[in-house]
Amino acid sequence: MRQDNSLKATSSYVRASWLVVGILAVIISGMAGILFGPSNVDSMSILKELIDHLPIVEMDSGLSDRHQAIIWQIRLPRVVLGFLVGAMLSAAGGTYQGVFRNPLADPYVLGVAAGAGFGATLAIVSGFGDGSGFFDPVPLAAFAGALLAVVLTYSIGAAGGRLGSVTSLVLAGVAVASFFTAIQTFVQQKNTETIRQVYFFILGQLRIAGWDVVILLLPYVVVCLLVILLIRRRLDALGVGEKEATSLGLNVKRLRVISVLVSSLGTAAVVSVSGLIGFVGIIVPHTIRLIFGFSYRVILPLSILFGGAFLVLADLASRMLLQPVEIPIGVVTAFLGAPFFVMVLRTTRASR
Amino acid sequence: MKLKFFLLLSVFSLLGISCASDGGTEQVPVSGGSSSEIAESIVSLSPTATEILFAIGAGEQVIAVDDQSNFPSSAPMTDLSGYTPNVEEIAAYDPDLVVTSYDPGDLVDGLNVLGIKSLIQGAAMTLEDTYFQITELGELTGRSEEAEKLNEEIQSTVSSVAPFSGELTYYHEVDNTLFTTTSKTFLGQLYELMGLVNIADPADEAGFGWPQLSSEFIVDSDPDLIFLADGDLGESAQTVSNRPGWSSMQAVAEGRIIVLDTDIASRWGPRVVDFLDQVKSEIELLNLD
Repeated sequence: MRQDNSLKATSSYVRASWLVVGILAVIISGMAGILFGPSNVDSMSILKELIDHLPIVEMDSGLSDRHQAIIWQIRLPRVVLGFLVGAMLSAAGGTYQGVFRNPLADPYVLGVAAGAGFGATLAIVSGFGDGSGFFDPVPLAAFAGALLAVVLTYSIGAAGGRLGSVTSLVLAGVAVASFFTAIQTFVQQKNTETIRQVYFFILGQLRIAGWDVVILLLPYVVVCLLVILLIRRRLDALGVGEKEATSLGLNVKRLRVISVLVSSLGTAAVVSVSGLIGFVGIIVPHTIRLIFGFSYRVILPLSILFGGAFLVLADLASRMLLQPVEIPIGVVTAFLGAPFFVMVLRTTRASR
Repeated sequence: MKLKFFLLLSVFSLLGISCASDGGTEQVPVSGGSSSEIAESIVSLSPTATEILFAIGAGEQVIAVDDQSNFPSSAPMTDLSGYTPNVEEIAAYDPDLVVTSYDPGDLVDGLNVLGIKSLIQGAAMTLEDTYFQITELGELTGRSEEAEKLNEEIQSTVSSVAPFSGELTYYHEVDNTLFTTTSKTFLGQLYELMGLVNIADPADEAGFGWPQLSSEFIVDSDPDLIFLADGDLGESAQTVSNRPGWSSMQAVAEGRIIVLDTDIASRWGPRVVDFLDQVKSEIELLNLD
C-alpha cells in the first residue's frame, strides 16, 4: 500500500475495479451462505434448485419439501438479512466516524445499543404472547428504545454549548447509555428466568430470520443507505474542519443532523432485529480506509458491499464452526474482526 | 458497552455454573451447627428441595420458602430469592437450616458467620443425585423412614417405565432461542429411559450439555416429537409452527408438539415421576408406537 502523495490522487473517487471486487465479494459470500449449513442438504441440489427458479429455466433439484423449506425459508432470508445488517452497520459506523471526525466512533456511540437493549429487555420480561414475525414485540420495543435513546442523547448533547457540539454529543451518548444500561440490568435481575433470552439478544443473532423480518427491515435500510451515499461527499468536506467547511458553504449543523438521524435510524432498525452485533461498524470502515483510501466517497460505498459480505461470512462461521451448535454472531465478528484488523494495520504500516 | 458485556457475562456464567453444578459427586456437606440436631425451622431457597421436604412429610418443619417454590401450594412462599439471596433477610426468619441449590458466592459464608446451618443441593446430574438428596434431607429432618419410602416409590416407578419402541427422535426446547438439552443431562437421561433419541446429541462432541442449535439443523433433523418447556414463556404449537421453515417438519404438520409443565421439567425432585407420566401419556395419545 502506498502511504504517500499518490494515495491522495487515487483515493478521491471510487474506482470501478474496486466496486467490481466488492460486488464479487457479495456474490461469493452470498453463495457460500446459501450452499453451506449445518444440515446435510447437498450443495449441487441447492444449485439446481436456485437455477430452477430462474424465469425460463426448469430443472428438478430432487430436494424434499423440508429441504426446500430450509433453503428458501431459513437460509436465504438469513443471508439477505446478513447483507442488510452488515451493510447498514458498516455504513453507519463510517458515517459516524466522518461526522465526529473520530476513528473510534461506532454505530452504538449515541446510546442506540443501550436503548435497544433496554427496550428488548422490557419486552422479553413482560412476556411476549404470540410474538413472531410482524407481531413480535421485541424488535418493536428495541426499535422504540433505540430511537428514544438517540433522541435523548441528541437533545441533551446538542444543547451543550461550550464543549463544542461533537464532544458534548458523545458525552451525552455515554450518559444516556449508562442510564439505560443501569435500568436494564436492574429489570433483568428481577426477572432472572429470562436472562438467557436477553443475553442472546444482546450478543446479536440472525437466528430469527424469516422473510417477514427481511421485509420489515428492507425499507429502513434501503432509504438510510441511499441518503448516506448521497451525503458522502459532504462528509469529506467536513473532514477538513468545521470552520473551514462552513466557509466552503457547507451547512455543518444540517449535515450533522441528517447524518446522525439517518445512521441512527438505520442502526436502530437493524439492532431491533438482530441484536447488538459488535465490531462490524468500526472494523469494516476502518479496514476499507486503510486499504482503499481516506475519502468517504470511497469508504461508504465499499463499506456497504464489504460489510455485508463480511457479516454473511461471519454468520456462516457461526452456524458451521461448532455445528450443530450455533455460536452467537457477536462472538464470531469479534474473533474474526480483531486479528484481521491487526493484520491490515501492520501491513499498511510496514510499507510506509 | 464493554461494561454491560462483562456484567451480562458474569451473570450468565453464574447461571451456567449453577446449571452445570455437579449435584451428585460434589455435594457441599452441611456446614455450621451440629449435624445430629433435627432441623425444625427450615428455610428453603430451592423449589426442588421444597418439594422434597413436603413429600417426606417435613412440611411443618419448613418456615419459609423462596419466591419460586410454588409446589406444593401449602408451602409458605415469601419474597426471598434463591438467585440473589439476602443473608439478613433470611436470618430474620431465625432458621436452623437453610437449603439452597446454588450459592452466588457469599451466602454460605454469610450464614456461617451468623451460625446458621446451610446445605447446598445442586442441580442433579443423575437420578442417583435425586435419591441422595432425598435421603440427606430425610436425615436432617428426622424423617429418614419417609425418605427411604419415597426413594423406593420413585425407583419402582422409574424401573417400571417401558421404553417406547421405534427409536422415536425428539427435540426438547428450553426457550425460543433454541436452547436444548442433550442426553447427558438429567432430563436427557429421563428421556433416554423411555427409549427416546435426542437430535441434539451430536452437540455432545462440542462439549455442550445445554447447546443452542441452529434452526436449520432442527428442521433438517425432523424429529418425531417436539417438547416445549417454554410454554410459560409464550411458546405454543401455534408459535412454533409460525417459525420460518418449521411447518415442513413432520412433528409440526402432524401436531406432535407436547407442551410440558415447565416446573416439572426443570426440577429434579419427587415429581420426576409426574414428568415421566406426562410424557408417556402424551406420546401414547399420539398413537405412534
